[in-house]
Amino acid sequence: MVALEMIDRSFIGLTSEPREIEVEKGQLRFFAKATGESNPIYFDEAAARAAGHPAIPAPPTFAFSLAMGAPARRGDLLGDLGVDMAHILHGEQAFTHHRIIYAGDRMTLVTRTSDIYEKKGGALEFVVQDTTLTNQRGELCVEMRGVTVVRNPQGARG
Amino acid sequence: MSPPALDPRTVAAGDRLPDHVRGPITRGALALFAGASNDHVLLHIDSDYAREAGMGDVFAHGMLSMAYLAQMLTSWAPQAALRHWNVRFTAITPLYATVTCSGEVLETFDAEGERRARVKLHARTDQGVVTLEGEAIVGLQWDEDGRVGNG
Repeated sequence: MVALEMIDRSFIGLTSEPREIEVEKGQLRFFAKATGESNPIYFDEAAARAAGHPAIPAPPTFAFSLAMGAPARRGDLLGDLGVDMAHILHGEQAFTHHRIIYAGDRMTLVTRTSDIYEKKGGALEFVVQDTTLTNQRGELCVEMRGVTVVRNPQGARG
Repeated sequence: MSPPALDPRTVAAGDRLPDHVRGPITRGALALFAGASNDHVLLHIDSDYAREAGMGDVFAHGMLSMAYLAQMLTSWAPQAALRHWNVRFTAITPLYATVTCSGEVLETFDAEGERRARVKLHARTDQGVVTLEGEAIVGLQWDEDGRVGNG
């Protein structure tokens, strides 16, 4: 019988190195287009300023995209955790918003792998990761928690 | 679209947010969202890869529907008023789905010196499948221009 390849539980508690990523105006415009956004503050600088923003704001879920754009060398699900891209599903996602992220910001991200557990005799594994996003002024902008579900197609053990 | 016209002082339990409908989600929409959102998981992009992975065909990113829920929330209240929100992805959103995002105020309460609303969130496909389910906490203090005190 083929042994299940489970994720190494010693990754629990691992904190990534801090990674930096710039928030680019062009990408925010692309994101607005790709989501069918009609509110011009999300793609037009003049509209954003008229609404009281210093620059184009990143919409609420964009923090997740920043994390996807800045994978960690240490504690990355598809990297050193060794999870197969073909087996993942998004289980849960949560955001706590402290300050808006804007075009031109340079964000520092740190991710902690908070938990790894299984259900259905190992047929499903769950990876809980918490990420903080802090801007160039050292202001905490977003805390996010994601749960990724990993399917182990070999099925349950035993 | 101008700043939200909602008067936050009138928000009460039972209020429904206007539904926000998007779709049908095409292969093109998935390709663009993959690029724009930095999510290059091939299950959403490449039909051959998705088939070999046993998923039948490409399917939508859960985060695409979460972005749609964000649009519903930021059409109702200023983005700076969104304090916290969480969703569970309860079913895969298939190709060609039309997604309806809905929200209902469950309660208003006071926390950290401001009045807030707890909003129940759902996303459903045109087949009636609930794909996202969760809650948002929204601050209820902003002025006529949509400026939130601590934004």
